[in-house]
Amino acid sequence: MKLSKEQCYEQLLLGKSVKSHGWLENIRQDALVRAQALNFPSDRHDDWRFTDLSALFQHGFRPIDSFARLALVDIEKYLIPEAIRLVFVDGCYSAELSELSKVGSAVTVSSLADRHGDPMLESSFGKYAPYQQDAFVALNTNFFEDGTWVHVVNEVTAPIHLLHVSTKREAASAIYPRCMVVMESSSRATLVEDYVGIDGAIYFSNAVTEIVLKEQAHMQHVRVQREDKNAFHIGHCSVEVGRDSTYISTSLSFGARTSRYTLHVRQNDEGAEIRLDGLALVAGRQIADTHTLIEHAAPRGKSIQLHKCIADGSAHGVFSGKIVVHEGASGTDSAQSSRNLLLSEKARIDTQPQLEIFNDDVSCKHGATIGQIDADALFFLKSRGLKEASARNLLTHAFAAEIIDKIPVPSLVESLGKTILERMTVVRT
Amino acid sequence: MINKDSKVLLEVKNLRAEVGGVQILKGVDLTIRTGEVHAIMGINGSGKSTFSKVLAGHPDYAVTGGTASFEGKDLFSLEPEERARAGLFLAFQYPVEIPGVSNSALLRLAYNTLQSERGLEELDPLEFEDLVQEKLKVVEMDPSFLGRSVNEGFSGGEKKRNEILQMAVLAPRLAILDETDSGLDIDALRIVANGVNSLLSPDNAVVMVTHYQRLLNYIVPDYVHVMDGGRIVRTGDKNLALELEARGYDWLRAAA
Repeated sequence: MKLSKEQCYEQLLLGKSVKSHGWLENIRQDALVRAQALNFPSDRHDDWRFTDLSALFQHGFRPIDSFARLALVDIEKYLIPEAIRLVFVDGCYSAELSELSKVGSAVTVSSLADRHGDPMLESSFGKYAPYQQDAFVALNTNFFEDGTWVHVVNEVTAPIHLLHVSTKREAASAIYPRCMVVMESSSRATLVEDYVGIDGAIYFSNAVTEIVLKEQAHMQHVRVQREDKNAFHIGHCSVEVGRDSTYISTSLSFGARTSRYTLHVRQNDEGAEIRLDGLALVAGRQIADTHTLIEHAAPRGKSIQLHKCIADGSAHGVFSGKIVVHEGASGTDSAQSSRNLLLSEKARIDTQPQLEIFNDDVSCKHGATIGQIDADALFFLKSRGLKEASARNLLTHAFAAEIIDKIPVPSLVESLGKTILERMTVVRT
Repeated sequence: MINKDSKVLLEVKNLRAEVGGVQILKGVDLTIRTGEVHAIMGINGSGKSTFSKVLAGHPDYAVTGGTASFEGKDLFSLEPEERARAGLFLAFQYPVEIPGVSNSALLRLAYNTLQSERGLEELDPLEFEDLVQEKLKVVEMDPSFLGRSVNEGFSGGEKKRNEILQMAVLAPRLAILDETDSGLDIDALRIVANGVNSLLSPDNAVVMVTHYQRLLNYIVPDYVHVMDGGRIVRTGDKNLALELEARGYDWLRAAA
């Protein structure tokens, strides 16, 4: 049965209400009221005009009513051996698939459900992601089943891997991953958010993450969206970076029929450094949209951004990167670059770098390029004996590698390299 | 080394080719046997670089007439990668940079592709490492170049040495060096020339396409051909190159 946009939204509002206590229940209720008042964004909305959500609207997504049991072998290829691992299956924490033995005294990692009495959680949760304005964030804030609480107080050497697995069900399901991270002063950690689907399921993963970096905290945030090809993924991440802190993000979008990732980083205190790298690789009829917003609201901030998009088949890549330098943010140094590779005649990429500067005494640069596989490089590789397809794959892989190689987790870099090759092979045959 | 009994590698007859609708080659004839070193000289626009690109199968160039037979195979019926597998190698005048592909990965992929297409055994990374370390010595290259992206940030001389490294690894039957001497200082020229000389054998052959006689002091040709107006207008031995150096190309035109 195909639904209208309104019917799809109403169906989502009928989701299973999850009971909480105290402050969290208040936030859930508040979010539900907002979700009821809001709706899916209009395609006339400036932030959504390039992104066709119509494939999403056709499905009636139902809440998860029972929980699938997976074994470790089912998710083997996604595991990062050296990591602290929390696994969520269809939005629900799985203690038996998780691996917490490497958690030391530098970090608290747990499911949100276990930490409802934690005042640190209460003072931060829901304060950063805009559930008042954004329908997807509001839906998540009301309906999330469980989530992750990460509280870093010192240097954590093992990467923290949050693996969200979606399974195949009879009905299309809505899943709401949720994560709250607080990095205390001078703490360091690497966070890997990983969204995967198994068995070719149709589902809607609507994820929200909030991250707070206090003074001199240092975070490397890797986000991998490799959902199943029939899935839908809408993700939002709000980050607040404190004085002299460093936030380094690498976000990858490979999967899902339609996906959108919104990353909002706000520099509220002096001297923070922000580095955002992104890669979207889409083929077939996929749509991948990445929206980023960096707000420099305090002096001496630095931001560097490189976003790449590769589109094959009749896929559509969208990038919108806005950098706002607020009044008073003197000495801001910002550079943004959008580089794009079109692999077929029917593929399409829209890129919109935007700068809004309300201050003198700043240095801001941005640029965008869209190109095809370099004909000279292709001929060179063929002249060394490589077949056309193999040469094209190598060049595409190389274009992607510049982003993937920045990920500070070697085993993940290796497995993602394979993912790319698999995706490209599937596309070409 | 000229040996009239050795095998014909390449036989080009009355080759005509154009790029963008402009006729550049207007009937080139050339025969190359194993063990031979040829130099093709000529002024800019004479067609010598076009000739090398046409032989390698560059897609911008269209063959409009004539034939080229490579060890008995019709060269123009083969794709560029098939020509490589047949044993043809072009050292590029302007080597491309390929960010994100390491030199060692490219060399191994190319080597193993040729091996498997020829039904020979591929080498695993460790075995290949041994092979490539040997070949590095041919062009006096530092092993650190293997881990770097292909030609990215290389100097002009390093790029040309990298081309010869590829030649050393792939061991072609016929190597065409397209202005490999251009942009080289004297030390780099000597290294590249020593590398090429060490790769010469009675079973392979080299064609040097060059503007200047300088390279020929180091790699001594058996034949020197002069191209002009899309044809080979004069063929001689190494002394022809010296004469050209002394008297310029105009002398040849006036004589013709």
